Amino acid sequence: MAEFIRFDRITKFYGPLCVVENLDLGIAKGEFVSLLGPSGSGKTTLLMMLAGFEQPTSGDILLDGTAINAVPTHKRDMGVVFQSYALFPHMSVGDNIAFPLQMRGLNKAETNQRVTRALDMVQLSALVDRRPSQLSGGQQQRVALARALVFEPRVVLMDEPLGALDKQLREQMQLDIRDLHRRLGLTIVFVTHDQSEALTMSDRVAVFNKGKIEQIGTPRQVYDEPATRFVAEFIGETNLVEGVVEAVQGAEANVRLTSGAQIVSAVSGAVAPGQTVYLSIRPERVDLTETRNDARNCLETEVTDSVYQGDHLRVQLQNAAHPLIAKLGRRSREFAPGTRVYAAFAAGDCRVIAP
Amino acid sequence: MPLKIAKATFATLTVLFLVAPLIAILPLAFTSSVILTYPIPSWSLRWFEELFFADAWRRAIVNSLIIGAGTTLLATILGTAASLGLRNRLIFFRGSIRTLFLLPMVVPAVVLGVGMQVLLAGFGLTNSYLGVIIAHTVVAVPFVIVSVTGALSGIDERVELAAQSLGASPTTVFRRVTLPLAMPGVLSGAVLAFATSLDEVVLTLFVAGPNQRTLARQMFSSIRENISPAIAAAAFLFIVATVIIGLVVVISRSMLAKRR
Repeated sequence: MAEFIRFDRITKFYGPLCVVENLDLGIAKGEFVSLLGPSGSGKTTLLMMLAGFEQPTSGDILLDGTAINAVPTHKRDMGVVFQSYALFPHMSVGDNIAFPLQMRGLNKAETNQRVTRALDMVQLSALVDRRPSQLSGGQQQRVALARALVFEPRVVLMDEPLGALDKQLREQMQLDIRDLHRRLGLTIVFVTHDQSEALTMSDRVAVFNKGKIEQIGTPRQVYDEPATRFVAEFIGETNLVEGVVEAVQGAEANVRLTSGAQIVSAVSGAVAPGQTVYLSIRPERVDLTETRNDARNCLETEVTDSVYQGDHLRVQLQNAAHPLIAKLGRRSREFAPGTRVYAAFAAGDCRVIAP
Repeated sequence: MPLKIAKATFATLTVLFLVAPLIAILPLAFTSSVILTYPIPSWSLRWFEELFFADAWRRAIVNSLIIGAGTTLLATILGTAASLGLRNRLIFFRGSIRTLFLLPMVVPAVVLGVGMQVLLAGFGLTNSYLGVIIAHTVVAVPFVIVSVTGALSGIDERVELAAQSLGASPTTVFRRVTLPLAMPGVLSGAVLAFATSLDEVVLTLFVAGPNQRTLARQMFSSIRENISPAIAAAAFLFIVATVIIGLVVVISRSMLAKRR
């Protein structure tokens, strides 16, 4: 895929504080990339630099092969959607959406036609004459979306656009935006701190931590093959168990846990025998059996607690040295505290992470 | 219950204390007598006639309107520009500069008046309309700044960023977004500037010549020369004007509130 946006060794300081550090990132045309990370990880700053609201301290931002550092925001042709909607409170919904078209000197007929089409797209045609303050949060965000898309920008930037909406609406909007992305072939850069949102919507997820990208990959990659401890813990829930590498064969490693148990695990990075590492084991990949079975990895544990959570059963386990959590399907039988069980998982369901 | 009554009584007395001078002077505007005292022998509008037809009073009213309009224009432009400038977080000593701008509100008018006279004399602007307008502008600008700054601080910065991203140049953002959103604040600032000018006596005493006598200045001097009920009529005009101004401010504030 041809690269459309490129961040080339971007560094950004606010006074003495480094918020983005020597960051490289390429985004293809038509791609939906999420910048995911906790607050203060630099993801929003990167987006603001792409929009032109902030200038990088050093490094270049390229759009379609051309450096755009010196191009002012209003000439960058990027639609931005903010968490706070940022609609013009003194204009009607229709005038809000017409604004970018007026800025581009479109005539009245064409403007009206495109405003109508944009309002249809977000299903708000009936509200064209309302003021933003007369709309609900979800409606306002759809107006903001229509306004950012109506002028067919080269890139659409979204800064936690769904953060202010309630859960149900947020999930609906996630699917709506994903659908728009596919239908219109948009290039979208989407900032969020919500990992499930990033997994739901993106082609690729860039996980940010302290001004750097810890890992970038498809949702499946960042979830199933976390490259670092931070990624494993930030995306989804995981069991992290410490151990020492005994041997490496191809993409698998033998790890001895501090309890003495032997585990065979998939490896994604470079590890060497003798190295102390973490194993990341997703709770939903752990199976509980009463008898030792022939799974590659089988740890003898004791149930300390078990909580029914509707769609799954959450069981807390205590191995000789490590607490473990298992999420079992709703058809699983109950496990009373004190029961001795075996926690089993395949080598591909756990991953060695260099600390 | 007794506490409630005590509170109500206290409130009533306080209000009375504040408006008593007005209550005392207002009826005298309609007296037929030639002196400014009670009792009122009979009701008449002769003092309003005097106000509008006697040369000195009429000129004073016209002067007040000229100087008021000039001050309003100048102070609104300067105050709005200052407020916009003070939004920039990158300005060093932003707080101190803001305080400096607001200083004329608390500096004794007499001190300001002396300085102003010396300064304006240096430029040959004493005894001129421009001189009085400049003097009034100095005390009116802080009111505009307070009002406009309030309106600007209510604007979500991201609304302006959004406008930029949608293709609006900085001047267009100002014209289409910032100014319309700040307009209620600008308007109420302008009204306050006009009211300040209308009301200003001390600076006027220092810098105005006989040809720039404002209504307030005319009242001040005529109460010493002859205690004519025309003063009461002028006071009545003042109060009516102030009430109208107050209403404009209240209405524009509620417009501002509705927008949000």
